[in-house]
Amino acid sequence: MRMISKGIMAMTLALLSGSAFAQGIDDPTRAPYYESFKGKRVAYVPVAMGFDLTEGWAAGLKEALEPLGVKFEIRDPNWSTDAGAQAITSLISEKPDVIVVHNPDVQSYARLLKKAEEAGIYVVQVNMRSSYSTDVFVGVDYVGMGEQIANRLVDRCSPEKGGSGKIAIVQGVLTAAASIYQMQGINNVLSKHPEMQLVSDQAADWDSSKAKNITATVIQQHPDICGIAGFWDVMDAGTAAAIKESGRNIYLLTQGGGNRMACDGLANGTYSEVVIYFVPGQARDMATMIKHLLQLKQPAGTTKTTLFTPLAFVTKDNMTAASCWDLPAKN
Amino acid sequence: MGLLGRVSQEQIVFGLALLLCLAFAVALPGFLTTDNLLNLVRSVSILGILGVAMGLVVIGRGIDLSLVALMSASVAWVLSLVEIGMPLPQALAIGLTFSLLVGVANGWLVAFVEMPAIFATLAMGTLIYGFGRYYLFALDVVYVPEAARHLLWLGQGRLLGVPVPIFLFAAVCIAGQLFLRYTKSGRYLRAVGDNILAARITGIPARPVIVLQYVLSSLIGYVAGIVTAASVASMNTRLAISTYVYDVILVVVLGGIGLSGGKGGIRNVIVGTLLIGVLLNGMTIMNIQYTVQNVIKGVILLTAIVIDTILNPRDEQTGQQGDI
Repeated sequence: MRMISKGIMAMTLALLSGSAFAQGIDDPTRAPYYESFKGKRVAYVPVAMGFDLTEGWAAGLKEALEPLGVKFEIRDPNWSTDAGAQAITSLISEKPDVIVVHNPDVQSYARLLKKAEEAGIYVVQVNMRSSYSTDVFVGVDYVGMGEQIANRLVDRCSPEKGGSGKIAIVQGVLTAAASIYQMQGINNVLSKHPEMQLVSDQAADWDSSKAKNITATVIQQHPDICGIAGFWDVMDAGTAAAIKESGRNIYLLTQGGGNRMACDGLANGTYSEVVIYFVPGQARDMATMIKHLLQLKQPAGTTKTTLFTPLAFVTKDNMTAASCWDLPAKN
Repeated sequence: MGLLGRVSQEQIVFGLALLLCLAFAVALPGFLTTDNLLNLVRSVSILGILGVAMGLVVIGRGIDLSLVALMSASVAWVLSLVEIGMPLPQALAIGLTFSLLVGVANGWLVAFVEMPAIFATLAMGTLIYGFGRYYLFALDVVYVPEAARHLLWLGQGRLLGVPVPIFLFAAVCIAGQLFLRYTKSGRYLRAVGDNILAARITGIPARPVIVLQYVLSSLIGYVAGIVTAASVASMNTRLAISTYVYDVILVVVLGGIGLSGGKGGIRNVIVGTLLIGVLLNGMTIMNIQYTVQNVIKGVILLTAIVIDTILNPRDEQTGQQGDI
């Protein structure tokens, strides 16, 4: 008995000394890792706070960066392109280390983003890109997404499959990247399918009331319309209301960041299908790229990285609890 | 001018609407169907309800630029309250109270502090939107929660085959017309709008009447807000910072309610609303993008004002100090 306990004690001692030895070696990347974030500033300029996408990105970035000692600040231009341009201009002189930009359209910020990079600020663009490419773009491949959406509509609605071949699109703002590139993708596909008829491609200005009025009129004119693709689930609450009122069976394919409301909409039949670009995933991609840039310490604008967000085509049938995410509660 | 001299702007606009109707009916198959006409009126009935609210204020020689901001903020607050578990009637009552209080504040600023209406309500609109965004609701777009599902009928339901918003528009119009024509306050309102000094000399309580007109516009705006939320199952508070309120003014001015006050009635609002409705509907059928639609709307507004200025020129008698 005594022998055994002595043996155990000896072994424990041996183990302890071993671990003491391990403590002597440091993880060689640990110190420089934390060092490279100390006192850094990341500024975030969305088109506006107050909706699922931008709030989701902000929450994700904050969660990933603040524990590392990065200062994260939000400049909210509240849907005003002018205010956004001013925010970026003043940021250029304030020189944060990184600017995260969500472009309202492809032109407005292009020159400013170039200036920011020249001033040595890393520029990360999210979801809607500017015509000027910066260090990082994280977001949807809208051309590809448009093609996939058009193919989906062809699948559902072509006369061969028993549909009427008539489809409509409800765009957001004509000049937004999400609209321009997506229409391009949709047209790529539709040009190969002469049997499909695009009866309307109006822009509803991201507004649900406009979407509703446009859709109601379109359905009125084309009662046999088979499918409608909308460019944002929040706006398409209006599109869905018009479809519901018409009492017709029209396939509504919308898209969004996968906020809980999208899944609720699928569950209660508001939407037939939602293309989800998972916002927490995008936030993580951005945070990763920011960490990468801050550790590499190359001058801004040296490299251009594009990370396209994977898309999920979610319907009532393949939806799971994890398909959508919830906004963190406001403190 | 001869014959034309006796044509009022209301008649011109009504004629224009009929002419457009005819043109669309000939050119666009499917325009002149019952369904489309119902859809046409439904799509502008909220605009029309707001037009009545704005019309009452403008007849009283004021203007309410906080109308849309107030409607979106108060209704968004109601929906958020229901979402966190408050019973619907209670939430509706709170929203209504909030609306009326802001109306009183507007009226007080204009009548007693004697601020120009255009500045008082402009500032109020910004204040309400900012306040709401910060304290009352978390997101720009607030959805109608399950507990408030009954509300949806007001915006999406049908009665005897006619969409409910059309009935509500009609009800607000009739109420407005009765108020202006048969109540004492309604007549006072027109008198104050026409000539506040003369009204005061004859013993009309001018300041309370001014307060009343802003309270009424808040009340009607609140109704319009509920219908808006019900019709798209959500309230988009961004409306507050959009140009929507100018669309409302467009309807009022287009219909022939002069901004100098005292002129016009509910009929003008209806005519203005119909013209806009016909235009929007026809342009949507023709698949004209909304940016171009805005250009066309703007041109029509300018034309209407030019015609009005030519037919009813301002002179010493009609021109009033402080005209906008």
